[in-house]
Amino acid sequence: MNLRRTLLTTKRILEQLRHDPRTLALLLLVPTALVGLLSWSLANRPGAFDAVGPKLLGVFPLVVMFLVTSVITLRERTVGTLERLFTLPLTKADFIAGYAIAFGALALVQSLLVSVLSYTWYGLAHQGVPWRISIVALCAGLLGTAFGLALSAVAHTEFQAVQFMPAFILPQLLLCGLVIPVSQLPTVLRGIAYVLPMTAAVHAVAPQQSTPYYLGQFAIMLAYIFAALVVGAGTLRRVTK
Amino acid sequence: MASSSQPTFEVSNLRVVRDGNEILTSISFHAVAGELIGLLGPSGSGKTTLMRSLLGVQAITGGSARIMDSVAGSPSLRGRLGYMAQTSAVYLDLTVAENIRYFAGVLAQPPSEIARVMDVVALTSFAHRLVSSLSGGERTRVSLGVALLGSPPALILDEPTVGLDPILRRDLWRTFEDLASTGVTVIVSSHVMDEAARCARLLLLREGALPFDGTPASLLTASGAPGYDEAFERLIEGE
Repeated sequence: MNLRRTLLTTKRILEQLRHDPRTLALLLLVPTALVGLLSWSLANRPGAFDAVGPKLLGVFPLVVMFLVTSVITLRERTVGTLERLFTLPLTKADFIAGYAIAFGALALVQSLLVSVLSYTWYGLAHQGVPWRISIVALCAGLLGTAFGLALSAVAHTEFQAVQFMPAFILPQLLLCGLVIPVSQLPTVLRGIAYVLPMTAAVHAVAPQQSTPYYLGQFAIMLAYIFAALVVGAGTLRRVTK
Repeated sequence: MASSSQPTFEVSNLRVVRDGNEILTSISFHAVAGELIGLLGPSGSGKTTLMRSLLGVQAITGGSARIMDSVAGSPSLRGRLGYMAQTSAVYLDLTVAENIRYFAGVLAQPPSEIARVMDVVALTSFAHRLVSSLSGGERTRVSLGVALLGSPPALILDEPTVGLDPILRRDLWRTFEDLASTGVTVIVSSHVMDEAARCARLLLLREGALPFDGTPASLLTASGAPGYDEAFERLIEGE
């Protein structure tokens, strides 16, 4: 991996987004607005937002980043720029890391925005530590980016890429503990739910758990991010058969 | 520049099978520095596959392709073979300057090279326009500009003039001739016979094979046709 080429790629991706202010605004504002809407909808039920809000801070960034990353990398494959880059001295690692850093930076801004607003304007009184919730939101954004990079290889069109979202995200949403606590799921589903990345994001914001418990949840998320980035790099083909 | 003793391209019995279909049967040719070669053939004859094989992005089933001192696809060739695909292969949501700057950065070229290339493809006045707002011909020039970064000793251009107006086509061919005159080996594919006749040498591709390799004049002699278009048709139809 070459740091200079990686950062040039990061800069190029951020320049592309800068020319597309609508996408940038959607990326940063949609999760924030959704959490705001949630807090408003629960305004008549004291304590309800404090229980559900932090969990969704781990869900919304994942969904948004997944969609944007899978479409933008798929475009790179279909327009021919990826093939052109592979005739130049750019490695797969430079390419993947360039994307991960660019979207990681966006996920960071997004997570700060949504957590700061949650604790101020939306009146979140969560019994957790604000910085831990921000890091969960950041991890969720990175998870979305890493999976978007990997799954864009399977999709042949942007239409298919968008449809991966319900196939990939919604099952996790059902099992991650939002609808029903994971401990109350049937045995098989419980086993699956415990190792899903979104479950780890939801568990990582739970209040009053031990430090090893939190570290375990972060370890699950980081393992998924790393694995998905490696798979994403593996799906890039310099040579077509 | 490549030394004259060593061919820039050395292709022997190149064969490509993709998804069970034989796209290229047995292609052999040599090209030396400064040659401007027109690769002609109808759609589906394998022109793009041949070019992608030389670039190393298409796996070769049999035979060999050497470019300069290396086997096609060698990491040492990355950046030494300028490539222009049929799709413009530049970022539509970046400006002309941002595109050139990014690819120049990947190639570790200095800022002066960015200015030089923008000048060669006459895009300096478009520097801050988004590529998505440019016409087809202008996008082609951006793509050509990227291919020219770092003055590679060999260029592979896949139908660079398709869909362009006659003036622009003439200008592009002049650019190719200028490049060849400075020692660059240029391979240009086309399915338009009359413009390819500007090349000193023609390779005719038909159903994955090369039935003709020679000068435009010898093509007329060989086919006995009165003009280039008829000669092309006769060879393609296998007469």
